[in-house]
Amino acid sequence: MLKYILKRLTIMGVTLWIIITLTFVLMVSVPGSPFNDQDRNTNDIVQENLERHYNLDKPYIIQYFLYLKSIITFDFGPSIKQSNHTVNDLLSRGFPISFELGMVSIVIAVISGVILGIFAALKHNGIIDYAAMTIAVLGISIPNFVLATLLIQKFAVDSNMLPTARWESVAHMILPIIALATGPMAIIARLTRSTMLEVLTQDYIKMARAKGLSPWKIIVKHALKNALMPVVTIMGTLLAGILTGTFVIEKIFAIPGMGRYFIESINHRDYPVIMGTTVFYSAFLICMLFLVDIAYGLLDPRIKIHKHDGDRP
Amino acid sequence: MNILEVNHLHVSFSTYGGTVEAVRGINLQLEKGETLAIVGESGCGKSVTANAIMRLIPQPPGRITDGSILFKGQNLVDQSERTMRHIRGRDISMIFQDPMTALNPTLTIGTQLMEGLKQHKAVSKEEARQKALDMLRLVGIPNPKERLTQYPHQFSGGMRQRVVIAMALICEPEILIADEPTTALDVTIQAQIIELFERIQRETGVAIILITHDLGVVAKVADRIAVMYAGQIIEKGTKRDIFYHAEHPYTLGLLKSVPRLDIKEARLTPIDGTPPDLFSPPKGCSFAPRCPYAMEVCHEVPPIQTELEQNHHVYCWLQDKRGKALMAQTATKK
Repeated sequence: MLKYILKRLTIMGVTLWIIITLTFVLMVSVPGSPFNDQDRNTNDIVQENLERHYNLDKPYIIQYFLYLKSIITFDFGPSIKQSNHTVNDLLSRGFPISFELGMVSIVIAVISGVILGIFAALKHNGIIDYAAMTIAVLGISIPNFVLATLLIQKFAVDSNMLPTARWESVAHMILPIIALATGPMAIIARLTRSTMLEVLTQDYIKMARAKGLSPWKIIVKHALKNALMPVVTIMGTLLAGILTGTFVIEKIFAIPGMGRYFIESINHRDYPVIMGTTVFYSAFLICMLFLVDIAYGLLDPRIKIHKHDGDRP
Repeated sequence: MNILEVNHLHVSFSTYGGTVEAVRGINLQLEKGETLAIVGESGCGKSVTANAIMRLIPQPPGRITDGSILFKGQNLVDQSERTMRHIRGRDISMIFQDPMTALNPTLTIGTQLMEGLKQHKAVSKEEARQKALDMLRLVGIPNPKERLTQYPHQFSGGMRQRVVIAMALICEPEILIADEPTTALDVTIQAQIIELFERIQRETGVAIILITHDLGVVAKVADRIAVMYAGQIIEKGTKRDIFYHAEHPYTLGLLKSVPRLDIKEARLTPIDGTPPDLFSPPKGCSFAPRCPYAMEVCHEVPPIQTELEQNHHVYCWLQDKRGKALMAQTATKK
């Protein structure tokens, strides 16, 4: 187990390095600089001084190593555009909000998706099944930004039940979370339904019935764990989807999360912020994927994380 | 004393193509502590009968349309699902054909063994564990203590079938229904499992209904045999009756199709033709279309039970005196 984790951590490190390098290459290959806005008519000397201050006058290779250093020390320096804030400030201010939005959404998506899927499978070809699957198809086919605007129109503008935007109370959280969670929920519901249907025909379910277990026990203890395997598998993809989804949703609901800094930093060529947010998000996603893999091994004993020869008699 | 009596049982399945009567009026008796073998070719309704006794027929499409299943005088056909849950596993247990799929891959053997016991009996964790260990020892699994915490994939096929048997016997049921317990195993393992059945019966006195198409297995363990064809029992009797004094042409055909070591014969004799389509079963005897000795009456009137000797019954007009009288009748009608 420990060996596996160490191996994975190494691979994660390499992945992260590749992402950092790619981001750097992309960043410097995009034309423009943080200091040539039309509105700020700086003269050449000022421009040169600024570039020197942010090390932008150095050769790319030096800049690259300076970035690597900043990542290793986890100090991305000040933002170029908002020079009174460091990148770490922006991260610590924006990330908790994005994290809250994303995590609550994924938790709600998983729970409601799995429940919907189970009921659809149990009432196979019944009204509940068709209703659940109709919701699921709608959820998959409507993009979250369309859903978000529809929700705002319906619940905030028309009926005035919920606030249109911002991130202040639980009421503020409802619409963005619904908008963000519906897509993944629909995917999970469909997947749970199909795997559940398959699992329910397995012999061990019949065996469990022959033992006299109650239907509830059979589903929770025998069927669910097996049916959740594919759901865990797609969790990684869904997490990535939620992550990028938060940017869009944050923009629509004017939520002060990471999304705003991320997009603005790219528009402004605010190099330290671009690097900081990208690296931070990549690291976060890589860690989540790692956790998903660990969870997979815990759920299914057949997936051996550690090498163990001669187990079979 | 019979602990199980199946009377006139009918089971049908509704499909898109129509209704299939998979079991058509069978009668069975099972005595305490004996082994009853139900033999027949694939699709003759053996497994459906077994599942019907456990009331595990998927419903819909399946349905017990008629008849009764008396377990100690209690008609299982009328019981609620809740009552059946108390009977399943505790009074009547069942094991399935394929041990590779009968165990849940994500739960330890111990958990799966003990859950049945915990369901039916008020036992402490330690008692349950002890009982599980005893059962593993009974079915001949070495190192039961270590094995208890292992997962199914760490067991071989034969070992898994032993675990399944232990699982079925843990509540000390009175009846064990074994649906083709050796079919998925290779021959040497088959022999071991069959011996295990014999030993378990000696030690626990459980009555076994053994469903198989393997006459070799039957010859080894069965006390009594019922031969099924197209959803009906066509002959039943003791092992001796069936193997040495079989009277039904189908039974004789089955016996002829088994390879023998003591007789030098180049070819086996197959039974010509195929079983009837159960969407529209024949009017008379269901075997008549394939029967080399079929008489006119066989195609017209379904045969009734004829007692040849005590406990040796056959459903065949050839063996019944009334057949001739009926033949005359049908002839005059024409």
